[in-house]
Amino acid sequence: MADEPMVVERPLLSKFNVIAGLIILVGLWLTFKRFTGGLGAVSNLDHSNPWGIWIGFDLLCGVALAAGGYTTAAAVEIFNMKKFHAAVRPAILTGFLGYSMVVFALLYDVGRPWRLPYPFAVNQGVTSVMFEVGACVALYLTVLFLEFSPVALEWLGAKKIRAVVVRLTILLTILGVVLSTLHQSSLGAMYLLVPSKLHPLWYSPYLPVFFFVSSIAAGLSMVIFEGSLSHRFFKDKMDDEHRKSANDIVLGFGKGCSMVLAAYFAIKVFGLALGNNWNLLGTGYGLWFMVEMLGFVLLPCLLYAIGVREKNVTLIKWTALWTVLGIVINRLNIVLICFNWQLPADQRYFPHWMEIGISVFVITVGIVVFRFIVTRMPIFFEHPDYKEAH
Amino acid sequence: MSESIHTLQEFMLQTKGIIYLLAIGYLAGFVWFWRFLHGRDKKEDQIG
Repeated sequence: MADEPMVVERPLLSKFNVIAGLIILVGLWLTFKRFTGGLGAVSNLDHSNPWGIWIGFDLLCGVALAAGGYTTAAAVEIFNMKKFHAAVRPAILTGFLGYSMVVFALLYDVGRPWRLPYPFAVNQGVTSVMFEVGACVALYLTVLFLEFSPVALEWLGAKKIRAVVVRLTILLTILGVVLSTLHQSSLGAMYLLVPSKLHPLWYSPYLPVFFFVSSIAAGLSMVIFEGSLSHRFFKDKMDDEHRKSANDIVLGFGKGCSMVLAAYFAIKVFGLALGNNWNLLGTGYGLWFMVEMLGFVLLPCLLYAIGVREKNVTLIKWTALWTVLGIVINRLNIVLICFNWQLPADQRYFPHWMEIGISVFVITVGIVVFRFIVTRMPIFFEHPDYKEAH
Repeated sequence: MSESIHTLQEFMLQTKGIIYLLAIGYLAGFVWFWRFLHGRDKKEDQIG
C-alpha cells in the first residue's frame, strides 16, 4: 500500500464544489451577456484601451506562468535531470491547462472570435508579430496536448496509441522549447510597437529578452507553487516517488530560479542603462519600477539563494509565490499600469467588474478541470500497467 | 547628466560605457553569488 495512492471519497457538496459551482453559474451568465451584448456590455475596453485584463492577466500572465511545461520537460528530457521526473506530468498538465485557458479567455476578448482561424486559413499576415504569436501558441497548445495525451491514454487503457505518442517525447520536448522561446519573446516584441505609449522605464529594445527570461523564472516558480498546493490538497493521490522527490524538486528548481532571476535583474539594469533613463527613477513611476525590480526580482533571487543554501523548503515555497506575484505585476505594468501613462486619469482604463468576473470564471474552470484530471488520471502516481516504462 | 549629451555618438559612448562597466561588475558579483549558492553543496559532497 505504501507505493499506491490512498483512495479518499470526496463529498459532492464540498465547500470547493459549492464555491466553484456558484462562480461557474455567474460566469455562464456573464458569458451570455458578452456574446449577446458584445464587448461593451461587459467591459470598459475602448479605442484608447483595446486590451484590458483579459489580455494583460489571462493571456500574458497565463502564458508566462504556464512556462513550467517546457522548462521542466527540457530539464528532464533534454538535460537528463531524471531526479525531477516526478515534476514533469504536473508541469505539463499545468502548461496544457494554462494555454487552454489563454485561448478560452481570448474567445471573450476578440471581437469576432469565430475568426480566430483566419490567420491560418484566410489571410496569414506573416509580417505581423501577432501572427507569429498566434501560430506559436496554436502549435504549442497542440504539442502540449500530445505531451499530455499519454496520461489520458493510460487512463483510457489505449496502450497502442500511447506507445506511439511516448516514442515522440523527445521530439515534442524540443518542439515545445523552440515554440516557447519564439512566442514567449514575441509577446514582449509586440510592445516594441508602442514606444510612445509604454513608459520608458518599461519600454526597451530588450523587451523580447525580458519576456523570455522572466518566463523561465515564472515557469520554475509556478512548478514549485503548484507542487506545494498539490501536496497540500492531493497528497492522497500521490505515490511514494512523488512524495519523496518533492523536496529535491523544490530545492533544484529554487536554485535554477535564483540564477535565472539574477540574470533577469542584470539584463533589466542593462536595459535601463541602454535607454539612459536613470533620471526617471526619481519619479513616481520610477519608485514603482524600483519596487518591481528590488522587491519582486532581486529580493526573491536572494531569498531563493538563502533557501537553497539553508535547505529551507518552506522559504523557497513562499518565495515561489512571491515570484509568481512579481511576474503578474510585471505583465500588468506593461499592459495596463504603465501603458498609456500620459493619458489623463479619466481616460485611463480600469477593468469593469464583469471583466474581472469572467477572468475569475476562466481560472475557476481551469482549477476544476485540473482537479478532475489529477483525481482520476496518473499525474501524481505511476499507472500500475506502466511502472517499468518510466 | 543628459544635458551634456549633444550627439548620438556622445549618447552611445555614455550608455554603452555604463553598460560595459555594469557588465564587468555583474560578472564579478555573479562569481560571489555562485559560490554563495553552491557553497554548502561542495562541503556536503566532501563530507559525504
